[in-house]
Amino acid sequence: MSFQFTVSPDFTPDHLSGWYIFNTWLQKQTGIAIHLEMYNDFQGQRDAIQADTVDLIYANPFDAAMLVREKGFLPLVKAEGAADEALIVVNADSAINDVADLKPGTRVAYTEDPDVRLMGMIMLEPGDLNNNNIVPVLADNYVLVAKHLLKVEADVGIFLAGAYDDLSAMVKNQLKVLVRSQISVIHHALMIGPRLQERREDIQNLLVEMSNDDKGRGVLQSLGFTVWQKVDNEEMEFMIDLMDTLNT
Amino acid sequence: MIADMNAKDIVGDYQEVSLQLYGSVKRKILYTQIETPYPDGKLIVSTTNPEGIITHVNRSFVEMSGYREEELIGAPHSILRHPDMPPAAFKDLWDTVQRGEKWQGFVKNLRKDGGYYWVKATVIPNVRAGKVVGYTSVRRKPSRSKIEECCKLYPTLF
Repeated sequence: MSFQFTVSPDFTPDHLSGWYIFNTWLQKQTGIAIHLEMYNDFQGQRDAIQADTVDLIYANPFDAAMLVREKGFLPLVKAEGAADEALIVVNADSAINDVADLKPGTRVAYTEDPDVRLMGMIMLEPGDLNNNNIVPVLADNYVLVAKHLLKVEADVGIFLAGAYDDLSAMVKNQLKVLVRSQISVIHHALMIGPRLQERREDIQNLLVEMSNDDKGRGVLQSLGFTVWQKVDNEEMEFMIDLMDTLNT
Repeated sequence: MIADMNAKDIVGDYQEVSLQLYGSVKRKILYTQIETPYPDGKLIVSTTNPEGIITHVNRSFVEMSGYREEELIGAPHSILRHPDMPPAAFKDLWDTVQRGEKWQGFVKNLRKDGGYYWVKATVIPNVRAGKVVGYTSVRRKPSRSKIEECCKLYPTLF
């Protein structure tokens, strides 16, 4: 029997090969046949989850509630120091220096990443902006969000902090950060579905120990992480409750 | 138990009032007209047990409330209760979450130094294995226009 592993579609493109390397490592360590399926978008991935074809997932925090409460998934690990934070950014020449100065009808560029968009929209609330009074400008990735700002096709951009920090200095010099979130407790997590749960503890231990040998460290490096940290059920429940309060 | 406020902790000119809290508890409140602006990009997070006693606070909670973490843990959440907040708002909050639903509203909170800060608060019951084990409250930055609306509305609700 083969199990399916999938990764939140907002993974950094530079780390695509890293996830295949990780999957190979995981199969070798566990002796379980695992097929890695990468979905192009969140909807495709959610359809697969609803159809119960997913057994392991590196999940976006936005989907954690559905995975745990509807599909019986449990958390395994998170990447150390990899909390998701969002940024509100404008063109450097923009007259706006405070979110409170924004007006209904503001053109907001964002990607499909659901947790970043949620955090970003919360940071726009002090300007009385919400989903009903902004003009959405959907972009395929954060480089395109920046491009929309530079070409003045959008007034405000919502970025994943890490993606913004990775933009070139030349681009960042033409942009201005209004707000950077400091939430600290919203993070992606590797989660395990009901069919694999009898192996949860040993898989969790393997992952936590992964950074203790050269081979494991190399695999983690290819993912852009240094250490997997254990996530217990209550930490996940707390994050789900927190996301629930924000999603209102 | 909840201690009365202490004049030595207060910054600036203050007024004094006795506030009736939940469970027939009275607290001496000393409060000023000094507002601390809500910091951009932060969330204030706390968790209480089912009786409203604080069990967890994050760093932003500590910074904005002015209390030390050890003063907050074990204290009732009403330690933040400002005399300008109408009791009806908190009754609505408790009625809502005790029905297992989410509550959202704009709240003027009292600091240890007598000052205040406005928040947009969301409170949800923490349901574990079908049982409510506590409540989580997450506060975010409100808009000025919402605060202005509340400043007009709340005095009419006493």
